[in-house]
Amino acid sequence: MIVYENVSKKYNDVTVVDNLNLTINDGEFVVLIGPSGCGKTTTLKMINRLNKINEGNIYIDNQNILDVDAVELRRKIGYVIQQIGLFPNMTIEENISVVPRLLKWSKEKCKQRVHELLEMVNMPYEENAKKYPNELSGGQQQRIGVLRALAAEPPIILMDEPFGALDPITRDALQDEVKALHKKLHKTFIFVTHDMDEAVKLADRIVFMSKGKVLQAATPEEMLNKPEDPIIRNFMGKLSYSRYCNDLTCADVMKKRILTVLETKKTLESVELMKHKEIDSIIVVDHEDKFKGIVTIQNIREHGKAGETISRITESNVDTVSVSTNAKDAFDKLIETNVDYLVVLNPDKTAAGIITRTSMTKALASVVWGDAE
Amino acid sequence: MEMRFVWQHIYLVSVSCVFTTIFGLLLGIFAYISKPARSVILWLVDILQTIPVLALLGLIMIAFGATSTTVIIGIVLYSLLPIVRNTYIGLENIDPGIKEAAQGMGMTKLQRLFKVELPLSFPIVFTGIRIAIVTSIGTAVFGAVVGGGGLGSTINRAILIQDMPTLMQATLTLMAMAVFFDIVMGYIEKRLKTR
Ligand SMILES: Nc1ncnc2c1ncn2[C@@H]1O[C@H](COP(=O)(O)OP(=O)(O)OP(=O)(O)O)[C@@H](O)[C@H]1O
Ligand SMILES: [Mg+2]
Repeated sequence: MIVYENVSKKYNDVTVVDNLNLTINDGEFVVLIGPSGCGKTTTLKMINRLNKINEGNIYIDNQNILDVDAVELRRKIGYVIQQIGLFPNMTIEENISVVPRLLKWSKEKCKQRVHELLEMVNMPYEENAKKYPNELSGGQQQRIGVLRALAAEPPIILMDEPFGALDPITRDALQDEVKALHKKLHKTFIFVTHDMDEAVKLADRIVFMSKGKVLQAATPEEMLNKPEDPIIRNFMGKLSYSRYCNDLTCADVMKKRILTVLETKKTLESVELMKHKEIDSIIVVDHEDKFKGIVTIQNIREHGKAGETISRITESNVDTVSVSTNAKDAFDKLIETNVDYLVVLNPDKTAAGIITRTSMTKALASVVWGDAE
Repeated sequence: MEMRFVWQHIYLVSVSCVFTTIFGLLLGIFAYISKPARSVILWLVDILQTIPVLALLGLIMIAFGATSTTVIIGIVLYSLLPIVRNTYIGLENIDPGIKEAAQGMGMTKLQRLFKVELPLSFPIVFTGIRIAIVTSIGTAVFGAVVGGGGLGSTINRAILIQDMPTLMQATLTLMAMAVFFDIVMGYIEKRLKTR
């Protein structure tokens, strides 16, 4: 847990971080956002003591960071910067293993770690490890930048506009990868950006800063829904969600391409299908296409018998909404019930689509910024 | 022209270049690390170059007599500037992103210097060394005046007895030496910079 306690920072009498209080939980993905010069970078770099704190304190797991040697502290905090900052005189392997080597890991352990990390971003060791940074594309370089930060398994990763200099397609791919890494590694990520799209996509919680103060700290949905300050609303675009979202129904926001399976299908077949599509639950329908319930891989594993049809283990008591339900109500339900998705039904009880958290943020975003797709 | 003087000349240049490089690097690094020392060091090496070579050698001779030591010290002081300045500029001009990354990774000041900053500025430092060597070939000619020997002696004598062929020979040898070192060092430099 990282705690900012009344933290202030001045540059020549100009206050750039103003009495900041913020708590960041373990494993949380926090995105700092706000207009240029509002103090995001300064706030971020105080954690690894690249910037001095003038007043107040920062605690990591209840320990004041000023009580830790700055060099030791930084080796336990991953750091990715916009300029990438790979060392041109070192190979990719040497770059990635910089911190492990500072921490005196053995050669074999370093090498194995580099292998493992390159594997994670689909850049094979044999092809890439011995290259120099200038032989890679910008996107690949920043992938290495991210791996370098992860190498010594720090519990905290700081990223300062890491994808700001990349083209939109590469940026999008890297955002997906970072989000996936976060899901997999359960580390605390603190990420600075001034791109609301990026923030909404990545954040568990968005911290909106202005003039060195936190204006609002909330989940992406909440912030889009109820921006607490005109600056935030302005920042997110000309349109406000609350004005338009009331007109939206589930039919407008649901994901229409869904996978269904007949209740007479066998368990093994269904598992194969789910594995192939990389999903862990599937919608079950009867011969008339009417919705019967859902079945999860876990359900099949625990209760299913080989050769049996899935109808017996289908979970029929699941939350559904109708196509005409107000989208906002569906979103509220989704948040309250904490399920992965809600099934949307047509009036004749056939499955029309599903609403996931992603479709929720996408929908909100399209309302706020106009439809991108 | 006696070969002895050619070798002596090469000896003077080589020995002094080793010392110039060592002291130049140290002073350059020190100027980079310490802000208060910076202006003093850069000013000093600048001033040294404005003193005429003969006057400088004369001053050193008071302490060390008419020996090759005097000549070597003279050459070292006289050719410090390019190395000190290039070392300082090379270190100072490294991409701030790289410096910040090195610091953010948790490298100590020394680790940053030896693992990142010096390797990255080495091509520029090397240019400084190349300039220092080539100029010191010329500076060493004045060594003869304070008893240091070298091709300066050959030239002095040739002028006294108006021996044109020897004078030409010695001058051409000096030029060839300078060109040779310059080409060799230039080649190495190019190799360094392609990375
Ligand atoms: N080293 C410095 N000396 C003086 N002022 C500084 C320094 N670094 C930052 N500032 C000022 O502090 C304020 C906050 O800077 P900071 O870099 O934290 O902003 P930011 O939110 O990251 O902005 P951006 O989105 O442009 O990166 C700015 O007004 C900036 O000019
Ligand atoms: Mg910034």
